[in-house]
Amino acid sequence: MENVTDTYENLVISPLKKGLLDGIPIAIGYMPVALTFGLIAGSTGLAVSESVLMSMIVFAGASQYMALSMIAVGSTALEIIAATFIVNFRHLLMSASIHERAEKSSKKMRALYAFGLTDEVFAVASTKTPPIKPGYILGTAIMAYTSWVSFTAVGFFAGAILPWFLQESMAIALYALFIALLIPSIKKEGKIVIILALLGGLFHVFFAIWLSTGWAIMFATIAAVSVYELTERFVLKGDVTE
Amino acid sequence: MSMAMFWMIIGMGVVTYIPRLMPLVLLKTENWPAWSKRMLSRVPYAVLGALIFPGIIYVHENLLFGLLGGFVAIILAYIGTPLIVVVGGAIGALSIFTIFF
Repeated sequence: MENVTDTYENLVISPLKKGLLDGIPIAIGYMPVALTFGLIAGSTGLAVSESVLMSMIVFAGASQYMALSMIAVGSTALEIIAATFIVNFRHLLMSASIHERAEKSSKKMRALYAFGLTDEVFAVASTKTPPIKPGYILGTAIMAYTSWVSFTAVGFFAGAILPWFLQESMAIALYALFIALLIPSIKKEGKIVIILALLGGLFHVFFAIWLSTGWAIMFATIAAVSVYELTERFVLKGDVTE
Repeated sequence: MSMAMFWMIIGMGVVTYIPRLMPLVLLKTENWPAWSKRMLSRVPYAVLGALIFPGIIYVHENLLFGLLGGFVAIILAYIGTPLIVVVGGAIGALSIFTIFF
């Protein structure tokens, strides 16, 4: 039975801590976004309890901002819920990809970390070498969530607490994080990562002509992996076995 | 808190959770063809590309702002500094840039 403790240590405790640590850059990146959300929520007429509850229950930046602007123009609750669904639908793809890369775990565990699968948590977790430990994903999500919820509350009362130069510069945080995740993958796996990322970015520009950001990211991702797969198979006729 | 607002938030939460949850608990990919698994495992890199570009050039009305931050991040990441240093370094560089220019 000693092995049980060992397994527990290795699978849950230490990956959780590692995830919490790697979640810190997300927490920093969320800070200005959550502060601003809290501030705008207040000026839109939401109570502090409503603003914080939204961050606690929804945990999706873009759709929360969108909800505020829709509330401001008097949209109905159903319209706002439908729009939220549309904006966050892209996570279907990320969830499916994590499913493929994560270590097997109980349904309860998967249901738990699924709640925290924002773009950023997905980005940090999925660039780890598979199989990704469920505890790691959970740790990353918990750190990101804590920042998101607490800075929403802070922002509600004191949105402009950051000095102006930091407010502007912190807008780069999440992009710097994405770059920091991409570069080691490029070093490790080479040009396949560069090509996929370039395709993703270019298709995003293309789809953004007609689509809102959520859908544009989703279709750009599908287009990028499809073009890569088809090119590899039919144009290069390379070795496609893993 | 108004009841209408409460239920709207719950509704938003449910429709956000569903796409995050469904593939993780329902998909049985064990018997899927290799190409589809391969494509799914490549999703992170395509997503990262789409998340970075073109958003990074719009972080500020001055296009150079995002590009400079991105450049600093690339250098720091390339020399192998931890995530937190890359993020802090990009913020720091842009803070200096904003104060002086």
